[in-house]
Amino acid sequence: MDYNVGKYDVAVVGIGHAGCEAALATARMGLKTVAFAINLDSIALMACNPSIGGPGKGNMVREIDALGGQMAINVDKTFIQVRMLNTKKGPAVRALRAQLDKRAYSAAMKYTVESQENLDIVQEEVVKILVEGEKVKGVVTKTGGVYEARAVILTTGVYLRGRIVIGDLSYSSGPSGLFPANELSKSLESLGLELGRFKTGTPPRIHKDSVDFSKMIIQPGDDVITPFSYTSEKIQREQVPCWLTYTNETTHKIIAENLHRAPLYTGEIKGVGPRYCPSVEMKIVNFKDKKSHQIFIEPEGNGTKEMYVQGLSTSLPADVQIAMTHSVKGLENAKIMRFGYAIEYDFVVPTQLKPTLETKAVQGLYMAGQINGTSGYEEAAAQGLIAGINAALKIKEKEPLVLSRSDAYIGVLIDDLVTKGVTEPYRILTSRAEYRLLLRQDNADLRLMDIGHSIGLISDDRYEKFLKKKKSIDDEIKRLKSVKITPTAKVNEVLTGLNTAKLNSPSTLAELLKRPELDYEKLKVLDEDREQLPDDVIEQVEIATAYEGYIERQMSQVAQFKKMENKKIPDDIDYDEIYGLGFEAREKLKEVKPISIGQASRISGVNPSDITVLLIYLETKRRKSHNE
Amino acid sequence: MKTDSCETIAAISTAIGEGGIGIVRISGPRAFEIAEKIFKPRIKKSLFEFKNRTLYLGDIVDSNDEIIDEVLLAIFKAPHTYTREDMVEINCHGGLVAQKRILALVLDKGARLAEPGEFTKRAFLNGRIDLSQAEAVIDIIRAKTDRALAVANRRLTGEFSEKISRIRSNLLNVIAHIEANIDFPEDDIPEAEPEYISQEINNALKMVEDLLRSAGSGRILREGLSTLILGNTNVGKSSLLNALLQEERAIVTDIPGTTRDIIEEYIDIQGIPIKIIDTAGIRQTTDEVEKIGINRAMKHLQEAELVLLMIDVSRKLTDDDKRLIELVGDKTTITVINKVDLPVAVDEYEIEKLVPEAKIVKVSALKQEGIDELKTVIYDTITEKMGFTDEGLIVASERQRRILEESREFLKSALCAMAEGVPIEMVEIDIRDAWEKLGEITGDTVSEDIINTIFQKFCIGK
Repeated sequence: MDYNVGKYDVAVVGIGHAGCEAALATARMGLKTVAFAINLDSIALMACNPSIGGPGKGNMVREIDALGGQMAINVDKTFIQVRMLNTKKGPAVRALRAQLDKRAYSAAMKYTVESQENLDIVQEEVVKILVEGEKVKGVVTKTGGVYEARAVILTTGVYLRGRIVIGDLSYSSGPSGLFPANELSKSLESLGLELGRFKTGTPPRIHKDSVDFSKMIIQPGDDVITPFSYTSEKIQREQVPCWLTYTNETTHKIIAENLHRAPLYTGEIKGVGPRYCPSVEMKIVNFKDKKSHQIFIEPEGNGTKEMYVQGLSTSLPADVQIAMTHSVKGLENAKIMRFGYAIEYDFVVPTQLKPTLETKAVQGLYMAGQINGTSGYEEAAAQGLIAGINAALKIKEKEPLVLSRSDAYIGVLIDDLVTKGVTEPYRILTSRAEYRLLLRQDNADLRLMDIGHSIGLISDDRYEKFLKKKKSIDDEIKRLKSVKITPTAKVNEVLTGLNTAKLNSPSTLAELLKRPELDYEKLKVLDEDREQLPDDVIEQVEIATAYEGYIERQMSQVAQFKKMENKKIPDDIDYDEIYGLGFEAREKLKEVKPISIGQASRISGVNPSDITVLLIYLETKRRKSHNE
Repeated sequence: MKTDSCETIAAISTAIGEGGIGIVRISGPRAFEIAEKIFKPRIKKSLFEFKNRTLYLGDIVDSNDEIIDEVLLAIFKAPHTYTREDMVEINCHGGLVAQKRILALVLDKGARLAEPGEFTKRAFLNGRIDLSQAEAVIDIIRAKTDRALAVANRRLTGEFSEKISRIRSNLLNVIAHIEANIDFPEDDIPEAEPEYISQEINNALKMVEDLLRSAGSGRILREGLSTLILGNTNVGKSSLLNALLQEERAIVTDIPGTTRDIIEEYIDIQGIPIKIIDTAGIRQTTDEVEKIGINRAMKHLQEAELVLLMIDVSRKLTDDDKRLIELVGDKTTITVINKVDLPVAVDEYEIEKLVPEAKIVKVSALKQEGIDELKTVIYDTITEKMGFTDEGLIVASERQRRILEESREFLKSALCAMAEGVPIEMVEIDIRDAWEKLGEITGDTVSEDIINTIFQKFCIGK
């Protein structure tokens, strides 16, 4: 029998990486929020690898931080190793990645949500979405609890009709031995939403004491730790290494001989898996010539002896998992504590969403994370934050927040999802971003903190600090452009000493800084009276000055791009009424309902002449209403 | 898709066909400014002072001040124009070649080539065409776009598009490799080495340059190879032209400096049209009229693709002769020794030294001796030295040629950045721009291709 629990502004279904950010955002924006998890011990669970960040992903973690989200802060609290990747390349593609203490991260996030004002946390499975007319009204739980809510955010991860597959064994399950959510999908289907099915997988976990590390290559963290959050001061912490080993021909032989038992090849698994995170059996089938593949052994934390076997993701039967694990150097006697598995789950086709992550079908119903066909903790958290912010803004009757492709990786991610849809679990890649040079991990605060502050998730205190930093960057760039160095004998002697060409005519410090041989530190001898600035300010000054030409080029591309983004298409447009649209274009436009001409032009099947027709139609409309 | 009315657009707006008067139209905020840069009116007045909707006579000149065509030009001030923007119409009568050159010049000065139907589209969007006509506008734009596409597709011969696709696929492999390194730094993917990247950019650059050359061969077939007869006064340039034409075209006298104007004629050498330009002899002179002729000759020299350098073997070499050789510079040159029927006054070895790379042909222009041999040498030079080919010939439109040129610039910039040690993700911006640009010829630029290539080529999943 149903019973009434109470009224909330927002209900968040699922408290994983997306749910945490969503619930924290709405609660922090002053809305009464309730969040549900099937098991409260699984809040912010890292069911796959115990690491956060990397190319594109690390940029998003910092964007979340700049918008006032939680992920970066808790990563800094609980990491056991940090590495800056791509350091040999340029600043635009550097990427921060952390190994985390899985339990500690989960516990820290649980404590954060528990401590949050305006936020109630409940262990319950949500089975139904309540809708009245076209508006969401609340949710019903398995025990019959009715929670009224003005907005509902679904962040259900891989729980929807989750099914685990190991060899010929398969059973209904959530991730990592947790219960699945088998009823909610039906409720979504009854709302007219189209669902799809994806698959993802995870490798075995092994016992640390059974691993022979002497046969492996150590992978230590960075000497100097770079924190994720802009709020974190310098961090000093003892780091834990990861270990590298390789598969070999024996491993491959064992897998090849057992392919007839691999659910990926027997047709047992029908969901589509991610290409960037293939199972080991797929690597061996698709890249037959490769004699070995990397295996990283990653600690799952300080308080546990479980280790994650990165690279051995599989849904092969358990006996094959044991044999292939033992064939790897250093893992000859490895004891498997948890077997690898594949998990299939329902997702909601994301072209049914607006760029605010609200469904087009039901007002007030938002979705974020794996339910939208993405994968990755960072992708989930980013969407959770945006869904939370937009749910709150809508309740407060304020303008929604839509980040563009030129603002943030989060903008690229969401635009891709709602415009192009997904054909495999979506992961952010830096190559998906057109303006990569501008969307760096080092400048997320400069890009987004104004927004974070204006929506109320960045405190005045933090914002003041940021403005100060921004001012000293601008001032220093200006100063470098104005200070002239004259070609005296002494100056040229210094330049020669720095292995760079002498000056023939006066040059500004900025011009000198552009030389590949020089950097800000080296210029000190020519610029003795300068004020000592913080490292993060110097970094911005160096990048902005040295790569000015390339940055300006991208900025002018962005200016072009923005013009089309700013040509808005009204919500009530009737594509059937428009004369001259191509058939496919008409169907696609009706499905995606783009908010701008720019977004419309990115839909496959909509060609330039359709865009012209659209522009002419909008102009006609504008003039008609003008005349009336 | 560009629909930005801040840009100034231009196109040849008369139906493309041979001869007759053609109109080059410019529309947009910079229309007057661009026209001003290339138009020399007969009256001393700035274009900005012209009366609205009034024809002015003058010349279109290029950056070297050389006249391209005599034209009638009118300005049309916004908003009372077809597009409701500032517009300029250039009425030229020099035929298609002149129209194209004028258009190319306008584009160089900052206009963008108009898309099919774009003038009409602007007319509508700027409120020139009323609502009831909106559907008709759509039909026009649709029809024009489709026809342009059909024409473009017909023009895209198999070989041309195949070559573009090959260049693009090579570039795509480089891009995917760089991207895989960036996006999957800890995967077991070999690093794309700078030498490899530079090599691939260089290869692509060479292929683009080859295409431009083939497009050039196509152009030679349509417009003729411009060949300049260069020589001191009275070495027999006009006689040579006549001998090649086998008719009395130029006035031949024995008074030095008779040819004061420029004479252009076409001859056909084994199917290749050659546009021969006979110029005033170049020497130090005080005669004003002759000076003008000499100046023009100098300008023609800059544009000539082939130079026939004439030496009078019956006279000692003079300072004027030596000055000529300096002018030739690195142009492809054939040295023509004239008047071999007269007593020899110059050592042949001395002539050989003048332009060491040039082939030497001995003729007597007056007696029509050695003319066939000269034609053979011209043919060989064009096919061997200048890479003229009638195989895999490309008929490239102005738009396609421009795309090829822009791609070439991106590739050059990428190579330059590689040499300077610029970070790879920035070099890649140029490579990607070249790849995308070339896709405009074949009509496919899909960034999803990059991601697909990464997964096909590299085993991802650390």
